[in-house]
Amino acid sequence: MDNTIIEIKNLKKDYHMGEVTVHAHRGVDMTIVKGEFVAIMGMSGSGKSTMLNILGCLDKPTSGEYRLDGVDINTLDKDALARLRNLKLGFVFQSYNLLSRTTALENVELPLFYNSKVRSKERKERSIKALEAVSLSDRMHHMPNQLSGGQQQRVAIARSLVNDPVLILADEPTGNLDTRTSIEIMELFQDLNSKGRTIVYVTHEPDIAKYATRNIIFRDGRILKENLVTERSFAKEVLKTMPLEDYDDII
Amino acid sequence: MNFSNLFRIAFRALTRNKLRAFLTMLGIIIGVGSVIAMLAIGEGSKMKIRNTMSSMGTNMVMIMPNFQRRGGVSLGTSSSMALKYSDVVALRNEATALAAISPEIRASGQIIYGNQNTQTTVEGVSEEYLSIRKLNIGSGRIFNDTEIRNMSKVCIVGQTVVKNLFGAGADPVGLSIRIKNLPFLVIGVLESKGESSMGQDQDDLILAPYTTVQSRLATIDYLNGIYASAVSDEKSEAAIAEVTEILRRTHKIKESQDNDFRVMSQSELIQTVSSVTDVMTILLGAIAGISLLVGGIGIMNIMFVSVTERTREIGIRMSIGGRSRDILLQFLVESMVMSILGGLLGVIFGYLVAKIAGSLMSSPIYITPQSVFLAFAVCFVIGVFFGWYPAKKAANLNPIDALRYE
Repeated sequence: MDNTIIEIKNLKKDYHMGEVTVHAHRGVDMTIVKGEFVAIMGMSGSGKSTMLNILGCLDKPTSGEYRLDGVDINTLDKDALARLRNLKLGFVFQSYNLLSRTTALENVELPLFYNSKVRSKERKERSIKALEAVSLSDRMHHMPNQLSGGQQQRVAIARSLVNDPVLILADEPTGNLDTRTSIEIMELFQDLNSKGRTIVYVTHEPDIAKYATRNIIFRDGRILKENLVTERSFAKEVLKTMPLEDYDDII
Repeated sequence: MNFSNLFRIAFRALTRNKLRAFLTMLGIIIGVGSVIAMLAIGEGSKMKIRNTMSSMGTNMVMIMPNFQRRGGVSLGTSSSMALKYSDVVALRNEATALAAISPEIRASGQIIYGNQNTQTTVEGVSEEYLSIRKLNIGSGRIFNDTEIRNMSKVCIVGQTVVKNLFGAGADPVGLSIRIKNLPFLVIGVLESKGESSMGQDQDDLILAPYTTVQSRLATIDYLNGIYASAVSDEKSEAAIAEVTEILRRTHKIKESQDNDFRVMSQSELIQTVSSVTDVMTILLGAIAGISLLVGGIGIMNIMFVSVTERTREIGIRMSIGGRSRDILLQFLVESMVMSILGGLLGVIFGYLVAKIAGSLMSSPIYITPQSVFLAFAVCFVIGVFFGWYPAKKAANLNPIDALRYE
């Protein structure tokens, strides 16, 4: 069985802004296999966000090949891409992107609404399970504005999990969170990864990148460096060393 | 995505902003409400007029003297004497489209019984008058040929006269009343007919043989009018033509001259009144329709605001697998739910308004199923029509831009 989730060959992406053409990617080759936990790094303008959009099938490359779980993206139209996103991908955003005035449970249910094969009973069961997986079963009927940032991001992760995707894509998932909560989110990702979930996330913080198994560093639309993480951080252990006093003050 | 999901999403979106949804619907509610109310009032008054008029007999044909004018001078009295009893005889002999025919002579004066008195019209008619005007005898009898021939002083009284002279519920048959100081024997009482469409009391009358009224009360040799009934509703047009032809001939009216009489049929009157109320209904309906259009534009406006405001939501929905079609349908269903719910509330609102207006104007209301159906059909069309453009705008958003929208 082929374990390749992402296969990219000589991928190029150009943007036309009036007269000027911006080369976001100038030929990228990349392979990610099942069970990997990859952090994409780079400075702003390096092309890492564009790469995430392409990986997430929100955008198509100008040229080159991209196969997601064996499917050639270039052959698909808009609706087929939407379907692919619905069935194979899970998204986590920096700003959580939950629907306001909608309960956590309803937010998590959302992807399944667009899958006509899932009946309402199954939808509810799977959503509850996903919320349990992120330890939020006691916050199911809370609105996003009644949840902390970390909890909101957990709801977003539950939403990305609910359709049992082959790949979770996270765009700076810890960008809006404080240090401790960031590590808690990484703990959750590491936990999911240890259960076999393939995760790719974008970050510009070297500390956060250390929780992955592999780092890919972009610069000027090309891959600058690719390396396995040698001194990997484990969130569980880091959290044990962190003092809790700061939080007591706030609470 | 299936339809029950779509409706659930649309309802959720609307309940998230209840006040705004209600205010948006208000345009539709008022529009539909006024259409329903206008049509209900118009239709109700038309029905009322038609009912009271047909209770007088839809096949009734009235012949009146025509008040001629020459050079602006009314020749009033002389031309009002145009109808004679010989005309009744001629019509009775020659007209084939007429079933019954009765002369009419009016006299008014003081009516006295004991220490009670009242003022009313005494109509001198033949016994056929009752069938023409659809009047019924409640107790007693109608006068007979002998009484007509002998100019007998007998009469039939209406309910209002009974009430005024004898007290409500009394049976005056066999009693004697004085009309203009002449004693008349009451031989019958009419059943009540209530008010006419013009608000006239139809029970305030006394019927007597036309010969008696002509020679003893009015002392004239002409008739105030001739009442007849066509053999059927459909024949009333033919009856008018026939009566006109016969009377022109017997009155020796030359080709170039105008008639000295007028012939009207009840069905013609009903048509005239109906067409007037129809025009009114259409006019009011059109004004109400414009407010419905404004309501639709209100929906479009709010849908545009809603699409802009929820750009991020659209981005989220697209990123997790919503297709353009799903987004389009979501917003379309939302606008349709608003317009149809607005239509439903509008029908209720219109019903209440019509009810209140109806009781204020003491006129009946009638909500036709067609007007309710029409209102819903229009609401559906408005929902789709004014929802389409904003929904299309939402569906065409680029998910990446939509997600970044602040």
